[in-house]
Formats: sequence, C-alpha cells, structure tokens
Amino acid sequence: MSSLIKFIQKAPWSARIGIIILVMNIAVAAFAPVISPYGETEITGDVWEEMSLTHPLGTDHLGRDLLTRMIYGARNTIALALTITFLSFTLGTLGGFLAATLGGWCDTLLSRMVDLVLSFPTLIFALMVLSVAGTSILSLICVIAVLDATRVFRLARAVAMDIAVMDFVEAGRLRGEKTGWIILREILPNALPPLVAEFGLRFCFVFLFIACLSFLGLGIQPPTADWGSMVKENAGAITFGIFTPLWPAAAIALITVGVNLIVDWFLNLASGLKE
Amino acid sequence: MPTGLLNGGGSLNMKDMTATILKRIGHSVITLFVISILIFIGVEALPGDLAESILGQNALPETVEAFRKELKLDLPPHVRYISWLGDFVQGDMGRSLSNHRPITDLIGWRLSNTLFLAAVAAMVAVPLAIILGILTALYRNTLFDRIVSMVSLSAISFPEFFIAYILIALLSVKLSLFPSIATMDGQMSLMDKLYTIVLPCLTLTMVVLAHMMRQTRAAIINVLATPYIEMALLKGVSRLRVVVVHAFPNALSPVINVVALNMAYLVAGVVIVEVVFVYPGLGQLLVDSVAKRDLPVVQASGLIFASVYIGLNLIADLLSIASNPRLRNPR
Repeated sequence: MSSLIKFIQKAPWSARIGIIILVMNIAVAAFAPVISPYGETEITGDVWEEMSLTHPLGTDHLGRDLLTRMIYGARNTIALALTITFLSFTLGTLGGFLAATLGGWCDTLLSRMVDLVLSFPTLIFALMVLSVAGTSILSLICVIAVLDATRVFRLARAVAMDIAVMDFVEAGRLRGEKTGWIILREILPNALPPLVAEFGLRFCFVFLFIACLSFLGLGIQPPTADWGSMVKENAGAITFGIFTPLWPAAAIALITVGVNLIVDWFLNLASGLKE
Repeated sequence: MPTGLLNGGGSLNMKDMTATILKRIGHSVITLFVISILIFIGVEALPGDLAESILGQNALPETVEAFRKELKLDLPPHVRYISWLGDFVQGDMGRSLSNHRPITDLIGWRLSNTLFLAAVAAMVAVPLAIILGILTALYRNTLFDRIVSMVSLSAISFPEFFIAYILIALLSVKLSLFPSIATMDGQMSLMDKLYTIVLPCLTLTMVVLAHMMRQTRAAIINVLATPYIEMALLKGVSRLRVVVVHAFPNALSPVINVVALNMAYLVAGVVIVEVVFVYPGLGQLLVDSVAKRDLPVVQASGLIFASVYIGLNLIADLLSIASNPRLRNPR
C-alpha cells in the first residue's frame, strides 16, 4: 500500500488529476445508494426545475432529481463499460496470443476476420447488429465486446509476435510445454505493460460507445439511469435555456479525459523503461 | 546501371504500381462483397422467422404468408441474396416495412443531404487542420502550441453530442446566432442551406480537426529532424520557408492518409450529429429504422455507409501510394 502511494506521488500533475477523477467516479458509483439524496426512479419535483437546495442540479424531464440520476448513472454506465472492456480484452488477447503462437491457418483466419470487421465503421456495424438482435443489455454487451475485441486482437497479436520468437519461448516449446502454458506463463507476463495502457484506451472507447448508443436510444433502456440516455431525454430543455443535458454529457467527457490522462502517464512510463 | 534504371526501369515500375493499385482495388471490392453477404446473413440469422418476429406471434397465418411473399422469404437464401444485390446495384432497394415506400425514394434525398453536410465540414476542417498543424510544428513547445494541443486533446475525448450541445447552448440559445435544429427542404437556396448547417458542420469540424492536426504536426516534426532540413536552416532559409517548402511536401503522404481516413470517420460520425440537430440525413434514417426494426432500410443504408467508408479508405491508400515515391517505386 505504501509503495502504491509512493508510486502515485511520483506521478506528474496531469496523471494525478486523472487519478482523482477516476477514484471519485468509482467511489460515487460504489456508494450510489448511500450518497444519493433520492431513489433512482423517484419523482420528486416538477419538470426541469432550476438548481436549488433540495435539487442541487435541478430535475430532469420527468421531475426526477438530476443529481440522483447522475450518481446512479455513474454506477450503471461504469459497471457496464468495465464488464464489456474485460470481456473484449479476454477475447482479444486470447485470440491475438493464439494467432501469434500457433501461426499458420489459425493466424490467417483470425486476422482476415478482424480485418473485415475493422473495414466497416464500428457504429454502423453495431447499429445493424442491434437492429437484428434487439436492444437488450445482453446483446449490447456481446456486440460491443466483439467489435472492440478486434482492436485488442491487433495489438495483442503484434505484441505477442515479438515475444513468440524469443529464445525463452523457444526453450519452453522444446521442453514440450503446451500452448496454453506458453501463452499464460511466457507471453502474458511480458505483454502486460502495453496491454494495461491499451485497457485504459479501450475503456474510454467503450464508455463513449455505450454513451453514443444510449444517446441514440439503442443502448441502456429507461428507466435505468445512464448518462448517454440522460443527455437524450433532456435534450429538449436546452432550447428553453436550461442546461440540464450538459451535466451528464460533461460527466462523460470528464471521465474519458481522466482515464486518458492516466493512460498517457502509463505510456510515458512504458516507453521510458525501454530506453 | 543508373542509366539502365532510367531507361528500362520506368515502364517496369509503372507496371508494378498499376499492379499494386489493382490489387488494392480488388481487395476493396472483395471486402465490400463479403460485407454485403454479412449484412444479408445478419438478417437471415434472426431467431425465428423474420415475418413472424415482425408481425408478432398472434398474426394470422395468411398475413404471415403474404408478408413472406412480399419479402420473397419463400425462396432459398442464395437466390434471394443474388436478387437483392442485383436490384441494389440497379438502384432498386425494395420497400420499407414501416411505411411501404420505395427505399430509393427515402434514401436518395437523405444521402445527398448527408454528403452535403460531410463535404462542407471537410472543406472547413481539412485546410484548417493543415494550417494549424503547420503552425504548431513551426512554433512547437510554445504557449500557442500547448494551448492548441490541450484543446485538441480534450476535443478527442469528448463525445460528439457534448460538443454539439455546448455549441447549441452558446451560439444558439445564449447568443441566438444560428438555428439549433437543422431542417432542410428542397427549395432552400445554397446560402440558406449553409446557414442552417453551421452548427452541425462546426461540430463535425471540431470532431475530426484534432486528429488531422496532430498527425500533420507529428509528420512535419518528423521530417524536421532530417539532415537536409538542418542543411536548409544552416543555409539561412527562413523557418516558415523550411516548413512550407522543404518539410511539408515530404510530410504529405501521412497527412493525405490521415485526411482521407478522417473523411471516412466523418461519414460514420455524422450519425450522432444528425440525430442531435434533427438533420434529415442518412444517419438519422438508419437510427430510426434500427429503432423500428425496419430491416430492409437498415440493410440498404448500412450497405451505402459501408460502400462510402470502404471507398474513402481505398482513396486514402491510393493517394498515399501516389504521394510516396518509395511506395510508388517498390523494390
């Protein structure tokens, strides 16, 4: 724990801001029921009320407290984005490592499939799949995870390619180790630093992507609170000069900026170690 | 040997280049073809029967039968695929499920609107990005450079709709300069159209500007590190002239590539912006049709988006081959 604090103390100010943003968001998400003033779907006032003591950020288009919705939105959106990023990472790295270690037809097949998905705009692809599969949380998770895994695959394969030709991997192979052992014990530990930075970037991407789909009305469905759909639902307020939709939109922007700042620091660290 | 290269090599290299280009075009055509199959299969893979899932469980058997006839669902898949693709290429995209109008009528006007918006945004964003890229490379590590890269970095991490609503809040609600909703109709003059799309166009510009600008800056700075630039500087050439005349032409290949890639991104990014500003474009139609599960319209507009995207990616690659002497003359 103390080494972690020392590590953070060495971080540049930009990364510290990023860490503060991220920790605050996670804390809010974790303690949502404790800190939120009202219930997630509780109607407590008039439509689009101004900021006041009882409603610090005003109310939304149905008269629900906006601050409460924001807090629960953090919980739902961050949890969903994390789940999807973990899933896409598992899929992508597994595929990438397999392609790099096995080579041959496995590599060709996986790479061609990934190239195909990458040659198509992600948003359009997701829209088309969702139109067929319907807009449930499960299909949302599967669609984004698979689409995102293609990008992870590219990186994981490139990183693992470099490692797979090293002597110690060769030695492992000659010893008769199985492919699974080589991937887990030889390649994974050495490929971890660039993958950790990539995890942050992918999290941002997934987060923005969920927000976009929710904003289009095809992501998380009401009455579940979610930042993207909150922007959509309250968009009408802006023409009356009420800036309700800007709050959730700003929250999305803030968390992506925060994660990006941390990722930048990690990338700098990783490149510094190589020199 | 050098003279031999000059005489006989030229035509050989031209042949090599034509082969490279043809290969790249063939690759795009195959990708597009496979994607059209995927789009088609996607609808096939729908759990249960398309007719039943759209009409609902309680539909009369006769209604389901008539519906299957209308969609030609009674024919085997490969026959339907070929007739679907054949009709599509000839401009007949079938009929919408929700309002039974021909899809070609629905899409035609909207596609031209989307392309108009994207083209105007590109005309603003590309020169601006290149000029800013050159300026930040010229005055790198100054306050100006830092501010521009801070702003562009944050623009990259903001969702499109955040930028859009900030612009609406500032320029439309507070200052009432521009309309917040971009409604178009056929009779508007070009100036009216341009005035209507100021805000969507500005949003799109902000979204693609940052990436292009950073790439231009990085490419020019890369070239500035080479010995011939040092030579030019030592010769006493002014810094502006070094960047514009000596460095920029050699940085052109990556810049052209990133410009074309961003144009492709523009075509997809336009979806969100169209929804924010209620702009009657193809993206809006696609989102509406997905919500209504109007699959023929989704298929058709998806295929159009895919063609434009793949086409622009192809142009990106061809231009970077054409602008890079090393790629133009492969070993």
